[in-house]
Amino acid sequence: MTEASSLTPEDRIRRQFPDAVLEATLAVDVPTLVVDPAQVEAVARYVKDELGYKMPVLATGIDRKDSMEVVWHVLHVESGQFLGLRVRLDRDEPQVASLAPVWAGMDWHEREAFDLLGIMFDGHPDLRRILLPDDWEGFPLRKDYTAID
Amino acid sequence: MQLDSQPLGTLAGIDDESEPHHIHTEEIRINMGPQHPSTHGVLRLMLTLDGEVVKEAIPHIGYLHRGSEKLAERHTYPQYVTQSDRWDYLNAMGNNQMWCQCVEKLMEIKVPERAEYLRVITLELNRIASHLLWWGAFGLDIGAMSLFLYCFREREKILDLLEMICGARLTYSFMRIGGVGYDAPPGWVERCFQTLDDVERTTGENEELFSGNEIFLVRAQNVGPLPLDVAIDYGCTGPILRGSGMAYDIRRAHPYSIYDRFDFDIPTSRTTDCMGRYVVRVEEIRQSIRICRAALKQLPEGEIVAKTPKTIRPPKGEVYTWIESPRGALGGFLVSDGTANPYRFKIRPPSFVHLQVIPYLLRGTKVADSVAILGSIDIVLGEVDR
Repeated sequence: MTEASSLTPEDRIRRQFPDAVLEATLAVDVPTLVVDPAQVEAVARYVKDELGYKMPVLATGIDRKDSMEVVWHVLHVESGQFLGLRVRLDRDEPQVASLAPVWAGMDWHEREAFDLLGIMFDGHPDLRRILLPDDWEGFPLRKDYTAID
Repeated sequence: MQLDSQPLGTLAGIDDESEPHHIHTEEIRINMGPQHPSTHGVLRLMLTLDGEVVKEAIPHIGYLHRGSEKLAERHTYPQYVTQSDRWDYLNAMGNNQMWCQCVEKLMEIKVPERAEYLRVITLELNRIASHLLWWGAFGLDIGAMSLFLYCFREREKILDLLEMICGARLTYSFMRIGGVGYDAPPGWVERCFQTLDDVERTTGENEELFSGNEIFLVRAQNVGPLPLDVAIDYGCTGPILRGSGMAYDIRRAHPYSIYDRFDFDIPTSRTTDCMGRYVVRVEEIRQSIRICRAALKQLPEGEIVAKTPKTIRPPKGEVYTWIESPRGALGGFLVSDGTANPYRFKIRPPSFVHLQVIPYLLRGTKVADSVAILGSIDIVLGEVDR
């Protein structure tokens, strides 16, 4: 899908969802938008269907100690442009909509973020541990994790 | 190929469908793995079988999880190069490159020319070695056991080259932040040319031995078709995406190192099946030989590593970058808090992403085809589990 206008993806998302984009940064060369968690699924569908970012690249959970973050990276294959969508969540009860219904490839990345950091993804088709044994207790990638021996 | 379960009576030619002669059958749930010669590592596939037909295949992973991402937060940036070897252990050079590239991109470090050429040469040698191993193992899985050692014989020559330059055969830790760790010893370049000639010749021989074999054709053609839109929606890259028809190679689409200086083709297939992925990889061996030869010819004199600060402390920020590994797009998302240890490092392994598609690919196939499909995806559990 070619960009008919000279508006950036950020501009177009802001137009479509006036209060969804809280912050916009550049991670070296990847535009990354901080999005309101309540609207991230709608924004994601727009990014895929209207802006043409068809390929899911990665979903990363980050423990910021005072909050929990999820960053999804997607790719517009024809132009080679990446886009990052970031949400900031409550550290004690990190919960956000799953983007697996939008891009099938986000499935396992989100499962891993759940497994290692304890982030809950609403609407995920199969949210369960993926790398650790099913009976593991705790979330090892958290900054305050201590191994229980 | 779909096989519907049929009442025994109909199969035997009795037309009376009102009184089918059933033999009582049940679906069986059986584990393929985690110890299994054809799962290419410690992968557990929980198969639900109706006779020979796979009704459902659920991958269970994590048997090789070693906490690589947590370790990143404890290591310094230079130390972590050694860890990177161990994700996709058949492509340790690529792992080194991805890690160093993340840091160099964030710190805007310019790698010297000679180091870039040595990187490209070793990256492509590693790609050839990885594809040779895949080729032999793929044949072995299907039952063509002779191919395996022919491929391994050539792979040994490449491992000898890599051992000459950095001392290791598998986990090289060859690259450094800002360049490479060792220079080419005397005679290395000549030996590389000789080895590449051998690999080129034997690739032709292996194709004559295997690629046209009737049994192989039946085992690979029309097996495990992956439509392009499904491949994209799952995030498939590398030979999976190219085998489904899209000529997408990160060395061309997002050039890194000095790949933009080299002429090479991007083999693609439209058949989307195991055969498509097969021909793509075999041709990639030839294209890697091409890049290698060009790089060896142009190898300039000079420094092998850039001057970097004594303690590597990237500025606060984050970076996402990826490279073309033999398995697909190997990406890294690095978050730096300005200290000497990474704050968060997420690895995007192609095998992890491709394993997600296995339930889709295996549903409705026969068990024997499942082995061929898994082999054609070419996974390494080291990077699936990290």
